[in-house]
Amino acid sequence: MTATVGRQAQAAARANDVWKVYGSGEAQVIALRGVSAEFERGRFTAIMGPSGSGKSTLMHCLAGLDSVTRGTVMIGETTVTGLNDSGLTKLRRDKVGFIFQQFNLLPTLTAQENILLPLSIAGRKADPAWYDTVIDTVGLRERLGHRPAQLSGGQQQRVACARALVARPEVIFADEPTGNLDSRSGAEVLNFLRSSVREHGQTIVMVTHDPTAAAYADRVVFLADGQIVSELIEPTADTVLDTMKKLDAPVEVGN
Amino acid sequence: MFRATLKSLLARKLRLLLSGLAVVLGVMFVSGAFVLTDTLGRSFDAVFADAYADVDVNVAAKPKVEVSETEGEQVAGPVPASLVDRVKAVPGAADVRGVVAADGARLIGGNGKVVTSFGPPQLGENWLGESDLVSLREGRGPQADDEIVVNAALAKAAGVRVGDRVGVLTLSPKKEFTLVGVFGYSGGRDSVGGANEVAFTTPVAQRLMLGKPDVFSNVTARADGTTPEALRDEVSGALGGAYDVKTGDQLADDASAGLKEGLSFFNKILLGFAAVALLVGTFLILNTFSIIVAQRTRELALMRAIGASGRQVIGSVVLEAVAVGLIASVLGLAAGIGVGALLAYLFGKLAGGLTLAGLGVPPAAVIGAFAVGLLITVVAALLPALRAARIPPIAAMQDVATPDRPLTKVTVGGAVVTTVGAVLLFLGLSGNAGDNTLATILGGVLFAFIGVALLTPVISRPVVSLLGAIFSWSVPGKLGRLNSGRNPRRTAITAAALMVGIALVTGVTVILDSAKGSISALAEDRIKAELVISGASSGPRPASFDAAVLEKTAAIPGVQLVDGEYGDMATVGGERTWVAASSNVAALERIFGAKATAGDISRLAPDQMLLSSDTAKSRNLSVGSTVPVQLSRGEARTYTVSGIYESSQLTNPVVLPPQATADFAIPQPIQGFVQLAPGTSVGAVQPQVERLLVDSPEVSVADRAAFIKQQTSQLDTPLRMIQILLALAIVIAVLGIINTLALSVLERTRELGLLRAIGLRRAQTMRMITVEAVVISIFGALLGVVVGTGLGAAVVRALKDEGITDLVLPWGQMVTFLVLAAIIGVVAAVLPAIRAARINVLGAIAHD
Repeated sequence: MTATVGRQAQAAARANDVWKVYGSGEAQVIALRGVSAEFERGRFTAIMGPSGSGKSTLMHCLAGLDSVTRGTVMIGETTVTGLNDSGLTKLRRDKVGFIFQQFNLLPTLTAQENILLPLSIAGRKADPAWYDTVIDTVGLRERLGHRPAQLSGGQQQRVACARALVARPEVIFADEPTGNLDSRSGAEVLNFLRSSVREHGQTIVMVTHDPTAAAYADRVVFLADGQIVSELIEPTADTVLDTMKKLDAPVEVGN
Repeated sequence: MFRATLKSLLARKLRLLLSGLAVVLGVMFVSGAFVLTDTLGRSFDAVFADAYADVDVNVAAKPKVEVSETEGEQVAGPVPASLVDRVKAVPGAADVRGVVAADGARLIGGNGKVVTSFGPPQLGENWLGESDLVSLREGRGPQADDEIVVNAALAKAAGVRVGDRVGVLTLSPKKEFTLVGVFGYSGGRDSVGGANEVAFTTPVAQRLMLGKPDVFSNVTARADGTTPEALRDEVSGALGGAYDVKTGDQLADDASAGLKEGLSFFNKILLGFAAVALLVGTFLILNTFSIIVAQRTRELALMRAIGASGRQVIGSVVLEAVAVGLIASVLGLAAGIGVGALLAYLFGKLAGGLTLAGLGVPPAAVIGAFAVGLLITVVAALLPALRAARIPPIAAMQDVATPDRPLTKVTVGGAVVTTVGAVLLFLGLSGNAGDNTLATILGGVLFAFIGVALLTPVISRPVVSLLGAIFSWSVPGKLGRLNSGRNPRRTAITAAALMVGIALVTGVTVILDSAKGSISALAEDRIKAELVISGASSGPRPASFDAAVLEKTAAIPGVQLVDGEYGDMATVGGERTWVAASSNVAALERIFGAKATAGDISRLAPDQMLLSSDTAKSRNLSVGSTVPVQLSRGEARTYTVSGIYESSQLTNPVVLPPQATADFAIPQPIQGFVQLAPGTSVGAVQPQVERLLVDSPEVSVADRAAFIKQQTSQLDTPLRMIQILLALAIVIAVLGIINTLALSVLERTRELGLLRAIGLRRAQTMRMITVEAVVISIFGALLGVVVGTGLGAAVVRALKDEGITDLVLPWGQMVTFLVLAAIIGVVAAVLPAIRAARINVLGAIAHD
């Protein structure tokens, strides 16, 4: 199964016949069965699927957090597959940004220090104009000196978004970024992600199981049982929900 | 509840083992001490039972001065030779022999050096022929006055063989003898209990070892047709109570008991090790359990939520502690038995082939091991257990339930405990605590340590951030610093464990360096002698030299004044005191700069004595008082106080006239001071004195500076022993740092995963952990140096009246400790850092 959309040259991340197998023998679990996908530069893609469909595994493999059993993964011009730890670290540092479900900020650092952390680790300076833009977009200027414990959940997640954006990575991977937020904070974060794609050309790949969240994306890729089974361009919450319903039935039988 | 506890214990076994290791070490030293004492004690019993196997009854004089093993040799006066015939006359006494046996026969070995012995005596004896016990291995017994035999152990140690001419130092200066035989003991042994033995003909032995003819050390007899006990009573009755009459068994018990007393010293050292290890271990366990409770907050809250009582929660934590304590005690006991066996083996080797009795594990070792191990662990876990019981059930539902608790209570408590410690120290050091001085001082030190440990969290904030600033130039450094300041309590307790060891070393170093500095300053200032004759002692007796050297030295051109110093342990007016005698009384003023406070101290008639002002004051004596003095030998004599001099570090409490030295245990000078005429070159005189000392190989001549250095270097030995002892405390503290870091790494798995996800390299991760460790350990060392200097300075101040006037701070040592602490930090960080760097990023992010 292949889902090919858009211009090949502009793919920010690409999976090519990716297989992921955990364990062996009777305990063997095949999480991905030959997934090929491209994620175009400057677009907001959501990966959806019921739990156990392999959507998180796909994202982890794309981001270089997990190795693939077979096939290749590329971020921009870099082949991720086969990189060693320092290569992967450099890739994550320079080309990839992360937003996790749980806020994943360092409690000892202030919001500003957290935002600048990836750049500090890399020994780079932030572009001041871009930094200001990011801070204003996330609306955190008043809260920069606060520690994570003094921020609300939504604010913490916005700090995490700012941290991912400020380094201008090739692609940002977001793993259920609104999973822990109430609907209002969630909407804020999603709006913010979408505007960073529309206004600043950032590439974002988001894993979610929430149709409302998926509706913010430009495109939704559906996974079931380790394979890409469907996709939607310019989705709405309703179309996503419909597709999900169609997917759910056979998967439950399959289980 | 019980099963839940057990499961949680198993899940954390490695961590608990690490903290239990400190208890293991402490228990090891406690049980090792008991095993060593027991094994050696029984070995001594066996040796002496054997040594006195051919003696049924022994008759000896009652000792004139009771001297314990550590203070000098036991000198029981000799018995007249006529006693042999009186014992022979007792019915049932057979094989009656007059025995000469006294410590202090030093053989000059093949290399020209005196054979030394630490511990076992160097006996000079009369040759009594072969027996069931003694047999000649080579040659024959001594027949002429210049013939000797030695035991095989001494022949081996000295590297001499039959036919050699060998020098022997006794009560007399060096004399030459021909070695005509070597003897050994039954069972192929070279010695009994490691003693070196030189056997002369009886008249020579009497003269050289006892100082006069026709006397014996003791008389032995065998029982013929009666029991040893019956014979003892017969002999005792016949002699009329003037002598000590004992059976061979009693003698063996006494001899063994004397050595066992010496063993208690080893016991104390080992128990000291144990105390320090356990004190530091307590900190470690407290910390581990605190962390475990914090980590299990949600789990414990869940238990509360489903109906467990607070008491059950306490029970579960204490139960965990009991299990750890039990395991640590078992391991410690096993290790202790090993250490005891090893030390007993080494001791046996050192003592020249002591045949060891089988290894014994006395009940005291087992009871001590479990009592100490369990008590320490449970006490240390109690505080965290109480805290665990206060966790509200709602914590199970909340995400973060460990808010930063205010430090007020701890700080107030710490201040109170520190104050109590300071007051105790003050009381102890000012001498107002009477008999309990040592206990008061030790209690004060303990309280001060605990108090400072409680204050540490408050101190840690500013100090750690200041220290960390040094490392903040890189991102990992900055993260490491922030992490070390994150949990002030945990950082504090970890650092406090290191503090204890370093504070003790620093304190002791301050005291000993100050003592050294003060003594050198005083000696530099006061001793007006350009050359000094002295030597390192070969065993418990001080080195001595031929008194004739003094006269010959005085005859060297350019020598102005020569003084030989003698010393003896004596009973002066009913109290045991070290007494000295000078060959030249004038030296007291002219060489040692003593000032008379009463009477005349420049001359001394044969029946007069001088006292230091302290002695005079404490004994309530003044010029004209008469005092009975019993020396090691001879009869008691009464002396009249003719002068009193000002006490100083360089003066002795009592000075007797030179005529008294004949009755000293060592009737030869032990130090010589040579004052040169102005303008005489030291370099010209020194080699001439050196030549005079050719027959006194125990001593050498040194200039004043070298002598002072040599004297003060005696303090280096206790210092080194204490440093070794405390190195152990530091090792345990390192375990603590490893433990804390390992737990921190575990706790922050998610954070580490995040940092790695956003691009922190492995090397950077390791650097971050290392900085955290280094900051903690330098903080601990800094505290230790400050607290140790404070304690040391307090003691030095208190000892001002004892002559320690200068406070000398060992700056070099302090810097060394800080550098050492940095290295300790790096070493301690290795494993946790590797673990942190190896964290699987994906797994860490998913980690709950």
